[in-house]
Amino acid sequence: MSNLVNIKIDGRPMQAEAGMNLVDVAKQNGIYIPTLCYFKELNPLATCRICTVKINGRETTGCTVAVSEGMDIEVNTAELLDNRKAIIEMLYAEGNHFCPSCEKSGNCDMQNLGYDMGITVTRYPHVFSDKIVDFNPKRMIMESNRCILCKRCVEEVKTKDGKDVFSFVQRGVKTRVHIDYEQEAKLSEAEALHAMNICPVGAILVKGMIQEQPFGERKYDLLGKDILPQVKEDLLRATEDGKFIVATTSLAGCFGCHMSLLDIDTDLLDVLEIVEFNKSPLTDIKKFSKQCHIGLVEGGCANSENVEVLREFRKKCDILVGFGECAIMGGIPAMRNFVSLKECLEEAYINGVTTEVGADVIPNHEDIPKLLNNVYPCNEVVKIDYYIPGCPPNAQHIWKVVKSILLGEEFSIAHDEFKYD
Amino acid sequence: MLNNNIDRSKLMDVLWKVHRKKRHIGHDDISKIANQFEMSRMELEGVVTFYHFYHRIPSGKCTIYLNDSIVSELSGRKEVLEAFEDALGIKLGQVTADGRFGLFKTPCIGLSDQEPSCLINLKPFTNLTPEKVYKIIDRLKEGDKIREICDEPETNIRYTPEEDRTVFFKPYTRFSGLSNLHRYSPEEIIELVRESKLTGRGGAFFPTGLKWQFCRQNEADIRYLICNADEGEPGTFKDRVLLQKYPETLIEGMILAGYAIGASVGAIYLRAEYMYLKKRLEALLQDYRNNGCLGKDIKAKQAFDFDIYIHMGAGAYVCGEETALIHSMEGKRGEPSTKEYFPVEKGFKGKPTVVNNVETLCAVPRILNMGLSKYLELGTELTPGTKLLSVSGDCERPGLYEIEWGMKLRDFLKLVGAKNTKFALFNGYAGECLSPIDFDRDISGENMIGDHELFQFKDRDHYSARMSGVGLRAGGSVMIFNEERDVLGTLKNVADFFVHESCGICVPCRTGNFLLNKKIDRIKLGHGEEKDLQEIKEWSKIIKTTSRCGLGKASSNALNDAIFKFPEVFGTVLSENTDFNKAFNLKDATDHYDQIINEMTADYE
Repeated sequence: MSNLVNIKIDGRPMQAEAGMNLVDVAKQNGIYIPTLCYFKELNPLATCRICTVKINGRETTGCTVAVSEGMDIEVNTAELLDNRKAIIEMLYAEGNHFCPSCEKSGNCDMQNLGYDMGITVTRYPHVFSDKIVDFNPKRMIMESNRCILCKRCVEEVKTKDGKDVFSFVQRGVKTRVHIDYEQEAKLSEAEALHAMNICPVGAILVKGMIQEQPFGERKYDLLGKDILPQVKEDLLRATEDGKFIVATTSLAGCFGCHMSLLDIDTDLLDVLEIVEFNKSPLTDIKKFSKQCHIGLVEGGCANSENVEVLREFRKKCDILVGFGECAIMGGIPAMRNFVSLKECLEEAYINGVTTEVGADVIPNHEDIPKLLNNVYPCNEVVKIDYYIPGCPPNAQHIWKVVKSILLGEEFSIAHDEFKYD
Repeated sequence: MLNNNIDRSKLMDVLWKVHRKKRHIGHDDISKIANQFEMSRMELEGVVTFYHFYHRIPSGKCTIYLNDSIVSELSGRKEVLEAFEDALGIKLGQVTADGRFGLFKTPCIGLSDQEPSCLINLKPFTNLTPEKVYKIIDRLKEGDKIREICDEPETNIRYTPEEDRTVFFKPYTRFSGLSNLHRYSPEEIIELVRESKLTGRGGAFFPTGLKWQFCRQNEADIRYLICNADEGEPGTFKDRVLLQKYPETLIEGMILAGYAIGASVGAIYLRAEYMYLKKRLEALLQDYRNNGCLGKDIKAKQAFDFDIYIHMGAGAYVCGEETALIHSMEGKRGEPSTKEYFPVEKGFKGKPTVVNNVETLCAVPRILNMGLSKYLELGTELTPGTKLLSVSGDCERPGLYEIEWGMKLRDFLKLVGAKNTKFALFNGYAGECLSPIDFDRDISGENMIGDHELFQFKDRDHYSARMSGVGLRAGGSVMIFNEERDVLGTLKNVADFFVHESCGICVPCRTGNFLLNKKIDRIKLGHGEEKDLQEIKEWSKIIKTTSRCGLGKASSNALNDAIFKFPEVFGTVLSENTDFNKAFNLKDATDHYDQIINEMTADYE
């Protein structure tokens, strides 16, 4: 064992075999370097940049580094942790990741990294670019909305005569992975499944084989670590009778988040000890009668009324909490962002199979709210202070967050409570 | 199994051949070529769509590319574009119905000192005016040949030091550099280049001698020398002038370099925008071949084999990055490598490869001819010799300048006739945005400060005091802007460029630059808040530290410099932080609905 080298990771000296991959060395020593595109020691792809570490003061990707004598490696500095989080957030903003409707949800590497890093929302505005879902290949479906261009499939999946099945086409933000139909048809069932399995997200799907595992037993549901959310700066002060005022609303959502609110059953009585509801569907109070401590917002903005309500909430509530995927990133309603509004309305009111024969009117009246061109996440209209992801979020989780914000308590979110779907 | 006889590096030549004939690469061509190179159609599609000069649909018998860089914009591009659109009856990005003309935009084409300019079937037309445009289109419609009516770009060499202190732009006797082959062994040449402190003139400034030494040290059956003539940095045209004026120094520099590193094959990666120089270069290479200076058994202290061919690029800025360039030469998408290996270890076709800039290679025979001691007298201690700078924008004498390293920026601006300079992009879009607080800096490699120290300044006075005399290096581009110019508009042009040119392989560069660009839009539209500046700084840092290659590492430099140096520009357009996003306007957000309902109700009436 003469080829051992001395290295330091986050100040901890250790020995490793010279030339070994840094990600693996760290793993052996109990240090986790998050990775996304990396799946094989040979031929690292270094496309996602999540494993960026500092070696002797310079940033580089951990997956491309072979350890050598004297390396001083930083992995878990505040800056590097934030860089990683930022990159995952970029991917969420760039792609169209609707976890609640994704077959890979729960088995998705990127989603799991999101949980691990405690990402409740992206710091970047969602791009909502229209991408193609290709159903043409014989066995597979290419769901470009979810593709993160990690290049695993491009490098790994080849036909027996050595030709590429998946290829990058175009350049820059327009880059997509496309399937070569002729080559794809040559793949065996097992090879096609392999392609689906190495896809870290839900971009490559095999027709008829999408739910490989029984629903409910998912790879990442119980793994991972619990996270501490950021701590707020100012404490809220209760009213004179010791209660906090809370308002809730459902914008472009399905009311599912509100249903979840009620799922704490008898604990609701405890909640009522410290909380008084103002404007909310729960109390059926239509108008704010006072300034509130917290406003809970379900759903994104799909029409002019949503925008007005949201703006009013911003004015009347000291703290706004977006809860549920729709409030955070538009959710299922935002799937219409890829179809023109005209087409949506005509499908709903004129051409759809459930419309009345001869129907030719799209409802319109000055009293009916106007539909927006796109569905917007709440934070693209007003500032949102906190986010509770989930579709819907778990009831205990919601109240834990609300209570902690009200009382200024720190708490940890259990990994299995933190969900995007 | 893959057929080892297929040489993928010929792929781009084949594509060019088809493209030249048909002005696009059609469906059947893709099938045929994919078959020929034993690759899948989609993989070929990926290569073709990576380069913006390859079209998949017909691009017009006369394909017109109008430069859309910022300098072109300052010089009247708008009127010229309108003239083209009017004369052809099409908009930018379209092809005429008869298929004769196509009008497209392209990033800087290396003619910044004679803008507005365009390429028609990759032949140059410079100093355009609306009148000239109408005349060109008339003549093309009459059937005149493009090669007969195109312009020969001016070399515009505006300044050189006194003759005995000039390195590049002084008379040169053909073959004179090759006498050094007889005088020195390869090792001695490497040693001389190392001692000359010559560094990579593309802008990275890596010591050339060291690079050569590394390459020579690596055992291999074959080594390659590549000349990077993919001069893509907006505002740079020094390599074009060298190729026009003294191409023999490049060829002799390459022969000397090939001899030194033990390479048997040399290649010139010529950017597509300089296609018009290809024939002349090829004729010259043939002349060298005929004289026994290229080919088998070249006479030298240790005889050697070496030949040079030209590889044409097809429009991709990122291919100026050496590993991307190598991928491109291999007939792949021009994506930078993962940097596990340096090209001197595993480069072109997996063999040790040296990639050098045109100017670097041209310097070699000049230095050897003038003698090391004479050369070291020029310039400064760390950066001896001279530097070529391509100057464009608001100055009286745009063109090429050969200056001795060590000149004060203030004196340089006087030399080029820049008046009322508000800011300058030094080293192109990827470089620094300079303002008058930088004018006491020297153009040299002395007193350089690290990235960590940059962006740490309290205010402009603090900066100005600290930065006096601090070195300033450029690959070649200096773009000057006077008081009337719009900082934000320039930054937007820069940001658009990087979004267009990012290869897309890594997340931070692909998405980060796109999102930064949206931020600039937001500020330009007056929706910006103070926190947006903070976010720009944070996002830039993430892109800078995590991107795979220099493109992402440099793309936000100018933006961040400008935020620091022109707070007044941003101060006037930014509002205080609010809880309500100003960019969201309910009226604009419902305009589609209003339109649909209006159309529908109009039908009833």
